[in-house]
Amino acid sequence: MDESWKIAQKRNALHTRAAMVQAIRGFFIDRDYLEVETPCRVPGPAPERNIDAIPSDGWFLHTSPELCMKRLLAAGYPRIFQITRCFRGGERGSLHIPEFTLLEWYTSGIDYRQMMKECEELIVHVALSLGHEGAIQYRGKKIDIRTPWERISVENAFRRYSPTSLRRALESNLFDEIMAVEIESRIVETERPVFLYDYPVVMGALARAKKTDPEVAERFELYMGGLELANAFSELTDAEEQRVRFEEEQIDRRKSGKVTYPMPEKFLSELTNMPESSGIALGVDRLAMLFTDSALIDNVVAFTPEEL
Amino acid sequence: MYNASDLRKNLKIQIDGDPYVIVEFTFSKPGKGQSLYRCKLKNMINGNQFERTFRSVETFEPANLQEKKMQYLYEEDSQYCFMDTETYEQVYLTDEQVGDAKNYMSDNLDVEILFFGEKPLGITLPNFVDLKVTKAEPWAKGDSVTGRTKPIEVETAYVLQAPPFVEEGEKIRIDTRTGEYLTRVKE
Repeated sequence: MDESWKIAQKRNALHTRAAMVQAIRGFFIDRDYLEVETPCRVPGPAPERNIDAIPSDGWFLHTSPELCMKRLLAAGYPRIFQITRCFRGGERGSLHIPEFTLLEWYTSGIDYRQMMKECEELIVHVALSLGHEGAIQYRGKKIDIRTPWERISVENAFRRYSPTSLRRALESNLFDEIMAVEIESRIVETERPVFLYDYPVVMGALARAKKTDPEVAERFELYMGGLELANAFSELTDAEEQRVRFEEEQIDRRKSGKVTYPMPEKFLSELTNMPESSGIALGVDRLAMLFTDSALIDNVVAFTPEEL
Repeated sequence: MYNASDLRKNLKIQIDGDPYVIVEFTFSKPGKGQSLYRCKLKNMINGNQFERTFRSVETFEPANLQEKKMQYLYEEDSQYCFMDTETYEQVYLTDEQVGDAKNYMSDNLDVEILFFGEKPLGITLPNFVDLKVTKAEPWAKGDSVTGRTKPIEVETAYVLQAPPFVEEGEKIRIDTRTGEYLTRVKE
């Protein structure tokens, strides 16, 4: 009875979530994107040091549809989107659930800067269709969503919010701690959405490095109301470099005693044909948290693993 | 041994030889970064608190805690004395360690005492205790029974709200988790 009551409490959130997903679909269909579906069960995920896949009968559940979607780009589908369940082992907290929903979309012929703009347009469109014009209320704060949103490079974010510089943070292996404890908590105070961009290249295994600085990846993250909502790249299209990056990730995984994944050979051989593109992954559950004013991801999914 | 992924609120772990309880817990994972386990920890001996962020490779010793059944004997100078009824061993807790539990402790009450090694740290009460009412306004017959309450005092000097028909000298049952009146009990 208690469980049933808890699930019934989510009624408004689940209605808003459904309307939100419809608005997302409408946005992409209007812009001539093709909705695609790629398999959840794959021989291996993209090897990344900090993302753990859940084994499934000798293969793995995908941690994101990235590799398959890029193979579609390479095969001549220039504008594609997908809303799919993804799975990541060991991730559970107020903003994390091991089975979650990602929206990914890819556009050829643009880079990550133009992708920021499309990301703004999507969220403004969804907000408007849910009745929010110009602002969203989230956890007692007003977020001003009039565009353009704030753009801060990671280097500047360290300069602005942390006594430690980006270089020192990387040298002392404290990037993640400073990002989580100092920078993300200060970004919450910004009353506008924030794009953090230009990450150290080791934190973007599938992103293109900047022409002007090979140590920096053309990657951005979108934060709203303290929620990290989306991650995007100018996609790396150099197959040789991609192989080296994956090998580095595998070495790091092996060193920390983690499972290593098979090298995605089909993806690597087709990558050569992939046009210059930008792609983005947006957490649908997190976006639903924002639009339902929820502090917990539990409130925007019908069932958490604990409720099964 | 606990892994970082076992950390959660109220878990008790040992750090530098002292027992700590996790009073606040946040899992975070900045984009493409490592899993981080952010904890606010409270030292169970001296009450000091601090925050620390752990990575997934870290492991933790469970705090070496035991609960022992003991009987409450008496209070003197803000020291509370408990006895193991089998070995007759006696231990003392301070006013601070006993906390609100003192509201519900009548002599000879059976309780659980939490030990870190030989050191007593705290007390767990039974969920329900029966206590004698020492002060209550008399009930004027004819007063409506429904909805109204009055303050009463029990033998531990604890004051709570009870229905108007509860009288001095009676025994009542209290829920120690909420501190609220439950029912009258026959002697």
